[in-house]
Amino acid sequence: MKKTYKMTDLCCANCAAEIERDVNKIEGVSACTVNFISQKMNVEADDGADYAKVYKKIEKAVKRVEPDCDLVLL
Amino acid sequence: MSKNRKTLLRIISAFILFAAAFTAFRFTPLKSYEEYAAGWKVADYRFYAYVLPYLAAYLIAGYDVIKKAFRNIFTGRLMDENFLMTVATFGAVALTDFAEACGVMLFYQVGELFQSYAVGKSRKSIAALMDIRPMSARVIRNGEEVTVSPEEVETGEILVIRAGERVPVDCVAVEGRGSVDASSLTGEFLPRDFSEGDEILSGAINLTGAVKVKALKKYEDSTVAKILDMVENASSRKAKSENFITKFARYYTPAVVIGALALGIIPPVFTGGWAVWIKRALTFLVVSCPCALVISVPLSFFGGIGGASRAGILIKGGNYIESLAKKGTFVFDKTGTLTMGAFEVAEVYPVDKASEILRAAAIAESGSLHPIAQSVLKYAPVTDADGYSLTEIAGRGVKAEGRGEIILCGNREFMIENGVDFPSDNHAGTAVYVAKNGGFLGNIIISDKIKPNAAQTVCELKKSGCRTVMLTGDNAPAARIVAEKAGVDEYSANLLPQDKVSAVENIIATKKPGEAVCFVGDGINDAPVLSVSDVGVSMGGIGSDAAIEASDVVLMHDDLSSIITARRIAVKTMRIVRQNVIFALSVKAAVLLLTAVGITELIGGMWLAVFADVGVAVLAILNAMRTLKVKKQ
Repeated sequence: MKKTYKMTDLCCANCAAEIERDVNKIEGVSACTVNFISQKMNVEADDGADYAKVYKKIEKAVKRVEPDCDLVLL
Repeated sequence: MSKNRKTLLRIISAFILFAAAFTAFRFTPLKSYEEYAAGWKVADYRFYAYVLPYLAAYLIAGYDVIKKAFRNIFTGRLMDENFLMTVATFGAVALTDFAEACGVMLFYQVGELFQSYAVGKSRKSIAALMDIRPMSARVIRNGEEVTVSPEEVETGEILVIRAGERVPVDCVAVEGRGSVDASSLTGEFLPRDFSEGDEILSGAINLTGAVKVKALKKYEDSTVAKILDMVENASSRKAKSENFITKFARYYTPAVVIGALALGIIPPVFTGGWAVWIKRALTFLVVSCPCALVISVPLSFFGGIGGASRAGILIKGGNYIESLAKKGTFVFDKTGTLTMGAFEVAEVYPVDKASEILRAAAIAESGSLHPIAQSVLKYAPVTDADGYSLTEIAGRGVKAEGRGEIILCGNREFMIENGVDFPSDNHAGTAVYVAKNGGFLGNIIISDKIKPNAAQTVCELKKSGCRTVMLTGDNAPAARIVAEKAGVDEYSANLLPQDKVSAVENIIATKKPGEAVCFVGDGINDAPVLSVSDVGVSMGGIGSDAAIEASDVVLMHDDLSSIITARRIAVKTMRIVRQNVIFALSVKAAVLLLTAVGITELIGGMWLAVFADVGVAVLAILNAMRTLKVKKQ
C-alpha cells in the first residue's frame, strides 16, 4: 500500500532526512522517502500491517523531529 | 500573514532595537554601562539599562528557536540547529557578551529567512516547470457539457477541449482539427497539428478552437499522470552524493560538538583563560549545524530533474543523473534508435539502368505485402502492371510473366535457382535482385535510413570521452554501414534479444571503476537490456507504458540529440553538486580551524560562524538553482 502525504511546515533539509530515517525504521513500513523540496512524504506500508497503528507511529516520528509539521494525505 | 512576513517583521523590530542599543552603548557616554553588565552588578540600575534592550531584541528575534530548543531537550534531539544556536547564544550571555548573543541570534534568523525564501522560490520555479496537471475536463454527458475533474473521465466518453485548455486524458480527435502545444511534455516548441482520428496526449495545450475528442485512457493511465508520478517519485532514487551528505551530516554535527567540548575544556585546564576558550567552543557549536550541507545537494538534483523535464527528458532519479554524468560506454540499439526503423530504397545498381530496374521490380512486387516489396513500391509506384501474372515463391521472390516478358525479382538464391548470372557484389543492406528474360538487370538496395543527427550525437559523445557501441539483430553488412555512417567505435551484429543482454552485461563487467554503461533503445523490445544497464534510456517512448516502466531516462521526443542535452544537464548538475559540497565543507572547515587558533574572534567572532552556517546555505541554494536553466541544443 502506497500513501503520499503533504508535509506542512517542514523547515529543514536535515530534519527531512532524519524523519525519513526514523520512519523507515518503523515496523510495517517497507519504504519511506521524504522530499524536502516538494514537501512530500511517500510511504509504502506492508500489506499485512494494521495501517492505522503504523500511521500513529509515523506521525509520532514526524512530530518528534518537527513538532509543527502536520501530515495531510494526498 | 505568511510565516515569512511575520519573521521579517520580527527581525526588523529586533534589528532596530539591537542597532539602537548597540550605537548607544558603543558610541555615546552610555558606554560605561557595559562594565556594569560585564561585572554582573545586578544591584545597579545601569546593569538593567544595558541588558534589557539586548534581551528584548534577542527574544523577539529568537523566541521560536529557544522554544524549539527546550522542546528538544525532552525529545532528546540535542544535535539540531535550534538547540545548538540556543546553547551558543546562552553561552555568550554567560560570558556577558550580551551584544554578541543578540546579534548572532538576529543574524542567524536573517539567514534562516533568506534560506526559507530561497527554498520557497526554487520550489515554486520547479513546480512551475512541472505544471502540466490538467485541472478539469469538460465531458458531454446526456447531451450536456459538464465540468468534472480529470480523474472522473471514463474511457470512451466524449470531451470538449477549448482553446487554451489542457488536454485532461489521452484521447483521439473525433471532430475538428487544430494544433496542440506539447512543449511541456516533449520540450519541442513546434505545435503539433492534429485532425480527426489523431491521438492527442494529455498535458498538451489546445491552441486552436474547441475540438471534440474521445477519451482513450483514464486519467491515471494517461501520459500526464505517468509523467507527474515519475517526476514526483524521482526523489526516492537518491544519488550517492545525496546519501553521502546526509550520512556525513549525521557524524559531522556530533563530531564538531565533541570538538567544541574538547576545545572549551582541555586547553584552559593547562593554560587558563576559560572565557576565551569557551567562546571558541561556542563558535564551534554555531558552525556545527548541518543544514547548509544537507539542503544544497538534493535541491541541485531536484533542479536538474526539473530542468531536464522541461527539455522533454524524464529522469527517474538523482542516481541516474550521477551515472549519466560519468564517462563511460553508450550502447545504442540500431533499428529505430540510430536509424529511422523504416526501410527505404537506398540505391539502385547499376545507376544507368535504374529506371528499367525499378519499373520491372515494381511490376513484380505490385501484388506483394512483404515489407521489402512495400518499400520498393513506395519508391517506385507501379504504373502498368496489367497483363502480368504474378507467382510468389516464398523465401525467394516473385516471378512476373506477361507481355512477352519474364521478370524475376527476389534474393540471390532466387537468381541462382533460375540460372541467372550476376556479378558478385558486396552491398550493405538487403539487396533485391532483378532479372528480365533470363538476363540480370541489377540490384535494388533496401536499407534503413540513419537518423539525421545520429552521427553528430555519436561524435559529441566520443568527443566527451565516451565509448560508443552499436548492437543489432541485423546482418553484418547492414550493421557495418550504419556503424560507419554513425561513427560508432564498435558494433556487433546478428544478436538475438538475449544476446544483447549478455553483450551489455559483458561491457558492464569489463568497465573501469567510476564508469557507467548507458543503453539507448526505443523501449519496445529491449526492456531486459534497459534494466541490466546502469542507465536505460528509451527514446520517443511517450505514450508507451512499457518504455516508461522499463527505462531510467525517457526521451519524450524521438530526437537523438536529447541524449547530449541529458548528458549536459547531468554533467552540469553534478558540477553544481560538487561545488556546493566543496564550498560548504571548506568554508566550515576553514572557520573551525580559524576558530581553534583564535583568528575568528579577531575578524567577527561568532558572526562569521553564523555566516559559515546560513550564509553558505543561501549561496548553495542560489547555486543549485542554476540547474534549472537548460540551454536547448
